[in-house]
Amino acid sequence: MNWPALSVFIVLFLLVTVLGFVAARWRKGDLGLIQEWGLGGGRFGTIVTWFLLGGDLYTAYTFIAVPALVFGSGAIGFYALPYTIIVYPFVFAVMPRLWSVARCHGYITPADFVRGRYDSHGLALAVAFTGILATMPYIALQLVGIEVVLAAMGISGDLPLIIAFAILAAFTYFSGLRAPALIAVVKDTLIYVTVLVAVIVIPIRLGGFGHIFAAVPPAKLLLAPGQYSAYATLALGSAMALFMYPHSITGVLGAQRRDVVRRNMAFLPAYSFLLGVIALLGYMAIAAGVKPNAAYGAQWAVPALFNMMFPAWFAGFAFAAIAIGALVPASIMSIAAANLFTRNIYKEYFRRDCTASQESTVAKTASLVVKGGALLFILFAPTQYAINLQLLGGVWIIQTLPAIGIGLYTRWLHRYALLTGWAVGMALGSWMALSQGFKSSVYPLSIGGFSIPGYAALYALIANLVVAAILSWVFNAASVAAGTDKTQQADYTAEAPVGLAVGPSLA
Amino acid sequence: MSRWAYVLLLLPFAAMLSVPTFASGAPALGGIPFFFWYQFLWVIISALLTGLAYKATVR
Repeated sequence: MNWPALSVFIVLFLLVTVLGFVAARWRKGDLGLIQEWGLGGGRFGTIVTWFLLGGDLYTAYTFIAVPALVFGSGAIGFYALPYTIIVYPFVFAVMPRLWSVARCHGYITPADFVRGRYDSHGLALAVAFTGILATMPYIALQLVGIEVVLAAMGISGDLPLIIAFAILAAFTYFSGLRAPALIAVVKDTLIYVTVLVAVIVIPIRLGGFGHIFAAVPPAKLLLAPGQYSAYATLALGSAMALFMYPHSITGVLGAQRRDVVRRNMAFLPAYSFLLGVIALLGYMAIAAGVKPNAAYGAQWAVPALFNMMFPAWFAGFAFAAIAIGALVPASIMSIAAANLFTRNIYKEYFRRDCTASQESTVAKTASLVVKGGALLFILFAPTQYAINLQLLGGVWIIQTLPAIGIGLYTRWLHRYALLTGWAVGMALGSWMALSQGFKSSVYPLSIGGFSIPGYAALYALIANLVVAAILSWVFNAASVAAGTDKTQQADYTAEAPVGLAVGPSLA
Repeated sequence: MSRWAYVLLLLPFAAMLSVPTFASGAPALGGIPFFFWYQFLWVIISALLTGLAYKATVR
């Protein structure tokens, strides 16, 4: 047991626990309303939204898995950098439209939007189902992040993990989105300090960047020409998938103004820089002679590196940064999944006439169930299952892009065509991942004798889009009823006033 | 949003998806191979371009 590290860790963890509960009183609202619990009332300004989205998108698992990939597989793991470079220009163009239309109509989930836009229960259910399905294993992997850093401090057994999760569940239930928003400020500060220290101290101790890169075997240092297409498609596909995840959308919809979303896309790349430095930690671990651990494999690289390079108390600080870094996304993910379940499954299919307070109670309970499920999964199923499912999650969630992303621009794609395309994409993408034995999300597509390795999610999305486009042409030509669009052109660029423009409950 | 703003937003895609243009190790900068420092540089360029697109379309 590493007591100096553990003491620092526990103090910081207690601090954020308190913050999580205090958050309920911050920018006080009626937490008996799902808009207040699940979106923080949509009152977050530029700075809080920056911390919230940064803390939400760059998860603890990312901080463990990206350097682990670089450590184990080399340069291909660096695709995280182009991925998080191109995601912001893309989101800058698309997401303000979602924010505006959501604010005009009181939508709190992507499925709410799809339902209003396409007048289709089936399509909305598909979007909600995909969102929940893709989010669950992602929550489970945040637990893996906590598990790894606990192990690095010499703590084993399930109890500490259960305690950490009970704390997370309690403050999320109590404070809703306000809790991760407030904790994100602390979390990101800890992460920035950790990475700043790491990028200065570790290269000095290893004899400079020249020595670090010289220590990396040539096969891991640069991409092989056969990897170029995989690198590019992984970056592009991941970027297109990221903001289809319910937790990303929840972060966006929590913003106070349309301008807050737009402005943040120019500021969020600061986190990409951070992620790039974190990816380099994989090479630093190679240069420092870190060996993969039997239980955690390459995921051990960063914790082991920190233990080797930092004094114990600062290692504890860094581990706290990672563990707290797991709480923020896990909390937002469970809120987003709960919002989807409540709005698009419970209210849609079980209690059409549920009151506002019943709605928020169901959401709070659902957030507990989602997290409980993730915890049970991690405790009783092999970690590899969660990793495989999360890999599939990316393949699945991108299949909602035609309905959500393209739907924000045009309604030309027909609702039944979108639903069919979605089903084709889900099936094909899952099959591609399965056919690789989950060892990689890269699928070697054969075209005319050439094999082009590429991200399975992107290939499946292309199939989805082709099917959706062809069928839309057929359905539109045959005048199959396209339903009523509840949204108007102007809704997509509206600068809605402060506060949520929602139904009678807030009027 | 004006056409110009969309062009600014497309530049990072063009740069980052043409992998062969930056997949080499030379020229290194302070011991860091080209492949790495070039992509770090693009984090900054891309942020500036998005910032410009924001300025160009702010109401």
